[in-house]
Amino acid sequence: MRLELEKRPERSARMAIASPFLAVALTLVVGAMIFAAIGVNPARGLYVLFVEPLTQGWSLQELVVKATPLVLIACGLLVCYLANTWNIGAEGQFVMGGVVGSILPVLLPDFANPLTLPLMLVMGVLGGMAWAAIPAFLKVRFGTNEILTSLMLVYVAQLFLDWLVRGPWRDPAGYNFPESRVFSAAASMPVLGDGRMSIGAIIALLVVAALAVLLSRTLKGFEIKVLGQAPRAGAFAGFSQKKMVVFAFLLAGGLAGLAGIMEVSGSIGQLLPTISPGYGFAAIIVAFLGRLNPLGALVAGLVLALSYIGGESAQIALGVSEKITRVFQGMLLFFVLACDTLILYRFRLVRSAPATA
Amino acid sequence: MDFLEAFLITVVTASTPLLLAALGELIVERSGVLNLGVEGMMVMGAVCGFGAALLSGNPWLGVLAAILAGMALAALFGVLTMGFATNQVATGLALTLLGIGLSGLVGESFIGKPGRAMQALPIPLLSEIPLIGPVLFARDPLVYLSFGLLALVSWFLFRSKPGLILRAIGDNPESAHMLGYPVLRVRFLAILFGGGMAGLGGGYLSLAYTPLWAEGMTAGRGWIALALVVFATWLPSRLLAGAYLFGLMTILGFHAQAAGLGIPSQFLSSLPYLATIVVLVIISRRKALVAAHSPASIGRSFVPTH
Amino acid sequence: MDLEQGGSAAPLMAMRGIVKRFGALTANDHVNLAVPSGEIHALLGENGAGKSTLVKILYGAIQADAGDIFWKGQAVRIPRPAAARALGIGMVFQHFSLFEALTVAENIALGMQGGFDMAALSDRVTALSRDYGLPLDPRRIVADLSVGERQRIEIVRALLQNPSLLVMDEPTAVLTPQEADQLFVTLRRLASEGRSILYISHRLEEVRQLCSAATILRHGKVVATLDPGQETAGSLARAMVGSQIHELAAKSGRVLGPERLVLRGLSLPAEDNFAVALKAVDLAVHGGELVCIAGVAGNGQSEIFDAISGERASPRPDMVVLDGVASGRRGTTERRRAGAAFVPEERLGHGAVPGLPLSDNVLLTRHASDGDLTRGGFLRNFRLLDIVDRVTNVFDVRKGRRDAEARSLSGGNLQKFAIGREMDRQPGILVVNQPTWGVDAGAAAVIRQALIDLAAAGSAVLVISQDLDEIYEIADRIAVISRGQLSLAYPAAEIDREQIGLLMAGAHEAETDEHAA
Repeated sequence: MRLELEKRPERSARMAIASPFLAVALTLVVGAMIFAAIGVNPARGLYVLFVEPLTQGWSLQELVVKATPLVLIACGLLVCYLANTWNIGAEGQFVMGGVVGSILPVLLPDFANPLTLPLMLVMGVLGGMAWAAIPAFLKVRFGTNEILTSLMLVYVAQLFLDWLVRGPWRDPAGYNFPESRVFSAAASMPVLGDGRMSIGAIIALLVVAALAVLLSRTLKGFEIKVLGQAPRAGAFAGFSQKKMVVFAFLLAGGLAGLAGIMEVSGSIGQLLPTISPGYGFAAIIVAFLGRLNPLGALVAGLVLALSYIGGESAQIALGVSEKITRVFQGMLLFFVLACDTLILYRFRLVRSAPATA
Repeated sequence: MDFLEAFLITVVTASTPLLLAALGELIVERSGVLNLGVEGMMVMGAVCGFGAALLSGNPWLGVLAAILAGMALAALFGVLTMGFATNQVATGLALTLLGIGLSGLVGESFIGKPGRAMQALPIPLLSEIPLIGPVLFARDPLVYLSFGLLALVSWFLFRSKPGLILRAIGDNPESAHMLGYPVLRVRFLAILFGGGMAGLGGGYLSLAYTPLWAEGMTAGRGWIALALVVFATWLPSRLLAGAYLFGLMTILGFHAQAAGLGIPSQFLSSLPYLATIVVLVIISRRKALVAAHSPASIGRSFVPTH
Repeated sequence: MDLEQGGSAAPLMAMRGIVKRFGALTANDHVNLAVPSGEIHALLGENGAGKSTLVKILYGAIQADAGDIFWKGQAVRIPRPAAARALGIGMVFQHFSLFEALTVAENIALGMQGGFDMAALSDRVTALSRDYGLPLDPRRIVADLSVGERQRIEIVRALLQNPSLLVMDEPTAVLTPQEADQLFVTLRRLASEGRSILYISHRLEEVRQLCSAATILRHGKVVATLDPGQETAGSLARAMVGSQIHELAAKSGRVLGPERLVLRGLSLPAEDNFAVALKAVDLAVHGGELVCIAGVAGNGQSEIFDAISGERASPRPDMVVLDGVASGRRGTTERRRAGAAFVPEERLGHGAVPGLPLSDNVLLTRHASDGDLTRGGFLRNFRLLDIVDRVTNVFDVRKGRRDAEARSLSGGNLQKFAIGREMDRQPGILVVNQPTWGVDAGAAAVIRQALIDLAAAGSAVLVISQDLDEIYEIADRIAVISRGQLSLAYPAAEIDREQIGLLMAGAHEAETDEHAA
């Protein structure tokens, strides 16, 4: 008796919707088992991790604050993945966006007027784009694998930031701490209401909406899908694979860079040696959990933001390392991928034939 | 003389984990599978190896634990990519994320604890040859193992029937299936081997290289190992050269830092990563070379029809 | 259906009541087949009749849902190919199970049981291949070999295991007429040695020449068992298809228009080691005529198609001229805007995106040429569905639902859709690569008639095909491609199969201008 995969004649629309939910449910089940294994009451553990953050006003706001960069980055990544270009370097593009966007407040701190923030955001976008342009160029010109090049640049970007805040960009009035000067009000993201949510959340929503329309209703969206699924058919349709690689990488880099500068000028307020708790990588999970769809990414971003916040409180409330978050996130991606199989395939029980007479 | 000897000794130490992990991934890719989870398997190998050695007092148990940890993670990857035909790139990434997160969790209690380095095992006579002796023949057993495995992998791939079958599966799984070869099973075994080797490479870091555990101590070596396989155009002999080239560069970077040349340490630390990019570009330009040796089916899921 | 011949000895191999289903499709419906020793037995049927499935069951590559297999009178089970080989069944597949990056000897070793003595094996390969008239050099890499040479590997691999029954699936599909003749010599020799051959084909002339018995399959069932030598090609065809063959409407007596598709000295370097370079290809197709390029696979057909469609740019713009405009450096979209249409050989993955619905696949080739399918970059889906409906009606495309995914259509229906999608535009120039490959006879007839009609309406139609029967049915003129060089285009009535065969093999043609291109 063997379990075998059999391809379905058409995609199962039901499974396409059910798959993310199934994946989340499985993650919760295994998560409960992990909690039990490390001596924590499973129900309490899951509650602290996933439910408690939803019960308090401040943490709901925090949810949005954390989800904003995740959703922004994931929107760019999902375009890349739909086009079958594997941008793994969003973390580096985020960092470089933060760096380039901070040029104004760090080097010209007296330039404080209504133009400051918009200019910073534009520069952040350009910074992310430029960083993403490198693997794109190498792929298009030399055929170099974009997975490894974009990833290597993450390490380079992080080291570059580290050098900047410890060296040339260190705050002269900062008692030698590795940090840049604090940004002025003109160089900070305006806040919504009285909490921590910035207008970044609005920007993210606009991006989601725009991308949703682009992908489902325009020729460009069609081009992305075709080149991703069948590059030869894309060439036959007159689309250029090379131009798409550049487009996808620049879009993703720009969005990641925007998220970067928004994070630096919003939540953090200055440059530090690390400005991301792994958003660029978590966004990969968001993109897949959201089934490579902008609206799905919106919901998935909130789910993953939940896991970040829950992880932080797990440290306090349960004495569990906040690294448990990463474990949950990794598991979630595994289950998403496994459940997605059921969209294109079904399982069949097959009787093995006995040996030759 | 002493400086050169010490220098070369550290080069071998720096290169060994890369060689081990890359050898494993080479077999995996030769079978047509791309496993991006090498970094995750390596770091799990490092933490489990360190932990087992610490708790038991026996570094060899640490080695065993490192191998098994890598294999366990690889098994997860195998079940998903072979059993569920999931996208290999995404699954490999998931494996890395999981591995890094899990290792952080597992290793929390090991931080700051001192480990015990593996004892060196000098080979009589050979280790007395000037220069080469201490560098190559007075090392810990894992170094010898790395050379032995290199020879074994070479022989396996090109002089044995199972190795021929593996290469055939990497070239054309559909044909191999039609001829009756168990494609998924062979690939799964290759994946397990790759996991064990990655775990071993990671274990080397925490058991011999710097006998301690620090979070993320692999620092991207798993990714570099992946690049090395491409650089070597999937040939074990070239892999040796590549691994040692990177080891050399890493050590040169350390010495440059120590020499106080005024170059920022971050720049020197970024050299291996920049070099990886350069190396990848060089190889991808030589299209004919790549085409001649790259396994044609790499990265594509295979679902047998019955 | 009598399983015994002459009353006494059981046949070498018999299959009884074989049933195999794939989802809703019954590929084999209680099939009986018997092959005695020393006989060359044909398994006839059009594409999709169930021949390949039956044979894969015999070879152990797939398992039947019901039925029995008998070998030398004993019931046997064949759970995997190794078991078939152990019995003495050898198979030469239609689609070779070869490994491009490995050598001939390594490929053969992989098809056999046991050890790994490459030196001894190489010697055996050299000796046996030469002995049977199919010489091979064991050290060569398969990727460097021609299609005919690759088939030799498959045959030698099977022969080295001393099979009692050799199964050959559409062996001459990839051979020139002369190579096919050589193959028949080899097969007759094998039969005289007491081996049996199960010869699967849909080529009736060959079967009549070669085989002494035939089993005919239609829609998964056995409809006849007979001696092909006693039949005519026509009666065999009727048995295969079950009805009168659709006679194609006459194609001659048309007025030729101006030159619409011109290739002038088209030369393209080979893209990689395994591709073919085009060398000074010259061809002119007039409005109102249908020109066919004949040739065995792998001689530059895809390269010519890509050069005309624009997927590969030509070194000079005047190498490809479409309706008077030098288009060699123009992209595919511009060429379509100029009124040209293309249908490639590979449907899924090239001509259509498998995972997308038919409406999206209409958009694939017509997003630019049709002015009204998009507006300001936005898609207008209802127009796409209109086109899908129209094509479905005109070409009788069978599918699961109105806007089905491309991959859910059968090969024949998808091809009808692909051709219909282009014809619906009334293109002035149409280029088709292998129009009816893998398509059932009914759909093939529809497609061929549509091509003829399009030419009659004044368009220039260029068809690249490996099927000489088809070519003779539809072509006004025929050119032959061999190793990247195109012969002159001769009127169909003035060139026979033997001459085509010689041109395919690269024989030089007379330099005189008797037959103007």
